[in-house]
Amino acid sequence: MNALNRLLSRPWLWSFAAALAVWIATVAVTAGASSGGLTDAALTFAAFSVFVGIGQMFVITLGPGNVDLSVPANMTLAGTVALKLMDTQDSMILPGILVTLLVGLCIGLANYALIKALRIPPIIATLSTSFIIQSAAIWTNRGLRIKPPPVLADFATSSTFFVPNMALLALLVSVLAWVLLNHTIFGRWIAAIGQSMPAARMAGVPVDGTRLATYVLCAILAAVNGFLLSCFSGGAALNMGNEYLLMSIAVVVIGGSAVAGGDSNVPGIWGASLLMFLIVSMLNTYQFEAGYRLIMTGLIIIAVILVASGRQARPR
Amino acid sequence: MRRSSDTMRLLVPVLSLAALLAGVFYLQPRAMSYTGLNLLFNLAVPIALATVAQMLIMAVNDLDLSMGTFVSFVACVTATFLNDTPLLGIAILAASIAVYAILGVVIYLRNLPAIVVTLGMSFVWGGLAVLILPSPGGEAPAWARAIMTVKPPFAPVAIFASVLIAVVAHMIVMRSSLGVLIRALGGNAKTVERSGTSILKIRALAYGLAGLFAVLAGVALVGLATSADANIALRYTLLSIAGVILGGGEFIGGRVSPIGAVIGALTLTLAGSFLSFLHISPDWQIGAQGAILIVVLALRLLLNRLESRGATR
Amino acid sequence: MPLAPGALLEVQDVVMHFGEVTALDGVSLSIRPGECIGLVGHNGAGKSTIVSVINGGLAPSQGRILADGQPLASYGITRARALGLRSVFQELALCPNLTIVENARIAHPELKGWRWRAEARRIIAASLDQIFPGHGIDPGAQVGTLSIAERQMVEIAMAFSNSASAPRIVILDEPTSSLDAGLAAMLLAHVRRFIAAGGAILLISHILDEILSTASRIVVMKDGKVVAERPAAEFTPASLVEAMGSSTRELQGRRQAESKGAPVLTLDLPNGQGFHAGKGEIVGLAGLGGHGQTEMLLALFDAHASSWWPARGPEVAFVAGDRRSNGIFELWSILKNTTIASLDDLTRRGLLHRPVEAARGAEWKSRIAIRTPDLDNPILSLSGGNQQKVLFARALSTRSPVVLMDDPMRGVDIGTKQEVYRIIRAEAEAGRTFVWYSTEMEEMGLCDRVYVFRDGAIVAELKGEAITEKAILAASFKGEGAAA
Repeated sequence: MNALNRLLSRPWLWSFAAALAVWIATVAVTAGASSGGLTDAALTFAAFSVFVGIGQMFVITLGPGNVDLSVPANMTLAGTVALKLMDTQDSMILPGILVTLLVGLCIGLANYALIKALRIPPIIATLSTSFIIQSAAIWTNRGLRIKPPPVLADFATSSTFFVPNMALLALLVSVLAWVLLNHTIFGRWIAAIGQSMPAARMAGVPVDGTRLATYVLCAILAAVNGFLLSCFSGGAALNMGNEYLLMSIAVVVIGGSAVAGGDSNVPGIWGASLLMFLIVSMLNTYQFEAGYRLIMTGLIIIAVILVASGRQARPR
Repeated sequence: MRRSSDTMRLLVPVLSLAALLAGVFYLQPRAMSYTGLNLLFNLAVPIALATVAQMLIMAVNDLDLSMGTFVSFVACVTATFLNDTPLLGIAILAASIAVYAILGVVIYLRNLPAIVVTLGMSFVWGGLAVLILPSPGGEAPAWARAIMTVKPPFAPVAIFASVLIAVVAHMIVMRSSLGVLIRALGGNAKTVERSGTSILKIRALAYGLAGLFAVLAGVALVGLATSADANIALRYTLLSIAGVILGGGEFIGGRVSPIGAVIGALTLTLAGSFLSFLHISPDWQIGAQGAILIVVLALRLLLNRLESRGATR
Repeated sequence: MPLAPGALLEVQDVVMHFGEVTALDGVSLSIRPGECIGLVGHNGAGKSTIVSVINGGLAPSQGRILADGQPLASYGITRARALGLRSVFQELALCPNLTIVENARIAHPELKGWRWRAEARRIIAASLDQIFPGHGIDPGAQVGTLSIAERQMVEIAMAFSNSASAPRIVILDEPTSSLDAGLAAMLLAHVRRFIAAGGAILLISHILDEILSTASRIVVMKDGKVVAERPAAEFTPASLVEAMGSSTRELQGRRQAESKGAPVLTLDLPNGQGFHAGKGEIVGLAGLGGHGQTEMLLALFDAHASSWWPARGPEVAFVAGDRRSNGIFELWSILKNTTIASLDDLTRRGLLHRPVEAARGAEWKSRIAIRTPDLDNPILSLSGGNQQKVLFARALSTRSPVVLMDDPMRGVDIGTKQEVYRIIRAEAEAGRTFVWYSTEMEEMGLCDRVYVFRDGAIVAELKGEAITEKAILAASFKGEGAAA
């Protein structure tokens, strides 16, 4: 009984429950005909949301006002630069991966340098860098669509033991993120900063170092996501990151992490990512227009934040 | 001089605008004419209105991430319902302003993060806009078109409109007692609570006013563009935030400047023209806007430092 | 039934609980026209809480409130204002982003119409002129640009100003904490004029001379109860201190530890003399609140703790006084709050080792007597005093040789204080250095050496027997004489 109560109090449970309900509702309409394909697609597309969602989650954990708006531009730039460098050659895969990581590292450093040097809120700092990154991506991309090396394209679109490779990779990253968040000093530091930056500073937490590392981590995950997405979809497109800005924030919030920071969880990212994909495919199955899908997405975000805040409503 | 802090706040935006204007005139002397100025500043009117709307939200320490989609939604309503069945159009716009007021109250009552709620609302407004106008179209009401294209003597309508917006916003936010209460919420909400004034009422009014200005922005935009589409004003979310900041406003503390916000909006509009006159490759136009944003923020930090050094001496 | 006939406002048997803590335990108080009530007691005695109940900011858990002899069914801020009640709070209650005139509009909701600015300016200027003649404050100035003393003057003038309704009861909570002697005298003179005209004042101050010279009746609070209530004339400074109960009596008798060797901590200040502390020394930072003591502690901390690189074995640890804003982590358990500063001692192969962490927590739970059944309970389940003990445990469990303390005993009960004083004493004997800022005069008596601050600079250094309340106050206000 106690164990059940503990499970029910987990903030991430609801996103999984909702995802399962939507899955059943969708499969019911198609009489189970598409359940396998739907699950596969859901796992693959959820994986892309998970990569950026985890990065964004670490940033949001840092407390109110911390959010990385440069995620979409970052994805586009990393995907473009890496694919251009690899130029469909299988032998260039390793340099491609390295340059992806380098792009992420530089963007993360630039973001935090602006936040710190100009003392501006992260939302404006990452917005400014995203403008510049976006231009850099347009300049590199030039509308050419370079295909990924065959080995990578193959890997990105196939499965191992009936599970999409992308999902396996995302699972690996999730486990590492979970260990980092819950079992290392770094994780404690992030959560401490998110609850109160002055208190964290006074407790001896190296606040600037931790925040810098977090922004770099988020940028690297976004860059990796851009790399993988362009391998999966057969090339980098200029607008490929667009939907991942709001998505990365939404999956963190819906997954039950505290929007005000200091209290995050990794499993919820998965539940929310699956939910977001399944809602879209459910509404597609029911043949709703795009407008209704958007409205539903918005209302779900607001509903989740309303439910989540129930515990901490304003006293008096 | 003690009262100089508000003046200092306006110094950077005024200087940035003057520098950009000088740059544009140097690069393109023909811009120094009635038509030239009209072309340069035409699009500034809706942006200035949206910036004032965002400023009202920021005055109570919140942030509206749905500004762009909301202005797009209003544009779609204006180009369809307001043109075809004006009464229904007005009712829809009035209802959307009421939604803003309700959001202001709910965010406070449930202690929600405004960023996330308005993020959710941005999907809702965007969805509604797509439902109204699935593809670009509609037609601007004749009166909106007429107002935006009127040709007054001496200066183009965009200049008159900007001055009017700045003056009206200044009267409401800086001079009226409602404006004082709105800024007080940003400065120290506890004080308002202790005086026995209803915080809910003020927040509803602040959000409602923001909704009203955003509606005006949408109508003005359609008046200029003659038709609408669901993505017509998506840039306005970021432009309006940047405009407030450029104009000397701050994210928290109720420190805002309506005149500065309008100047900030003009600066951002001009920055685009300036960059195209500079023959910067179109690839780098967005990036250059980001760079301008960074430079202005750096300037402001520098000026703030000088000011605080002067104050401690 | 009203206990005191003719009282403007009366509270009866008020009980107030905050979670586990009982802040007020059956307090009754009546405020009559033409009198100034002096309210005294140590920090945490419940003075601020009873003030919040009286001004309508807090609804009591139990008890009645009567106005003009009539019990009130409902009471709140609006009702209190309508009764003519005004308050000057300890913390800043003005909006820094608004001008003084605009702040007057907030304080007086009845100011309306097109001419409200002129009217507000007239009201606030008249009040300032009356209380602080020759103040030189421009009502059009933004509050954020005023000095601390000017802000306090404006707040006081705001409370006494009248627009539609005149103030009948004014609560002054430590009104002179940032005023110099001249301004304080002006205020106290105005208080006497105000009560002579039939008004009522509730005056809270830790400067007992002010209370004895100004109040007509004195109420002494201790541990959430009223322990004495008599006309002011029946009190002497000694009997008042006696009634409040000394918080340091047990620890009288000074330590004889004179620190030798090179200082472990030094800091040069832009003005006045520099700061240094030796191994095993307890150094006090005294003076009026807000005169640069906290800033110096922060400067010391910043100089010795990097914000970029994790330190292996930190050089300094910090105990915050403002628990809510820079002390506790509200979402965390007691255990996590205790160990956050010493995590590098608690890892195995890069990962946190939960059993080691739990053992460390249990050790300090018993050493410092944190009263909780389970360290995994949320930190907010603890009383304020026990939360403060967690902050002490956090700092003391590190290996850092220096502990900085920023007025850590605010709102802590006497029992906890005694326990903590003993631990500080023992740790200092063992070679730890303490730098201790406190607004409690008695705590300076526990220090080996005291620096007195004024206007951001050290103006005097007192040693051993020379550390007395009188010497500290003299240096706080004048400074020049003692600094030589």
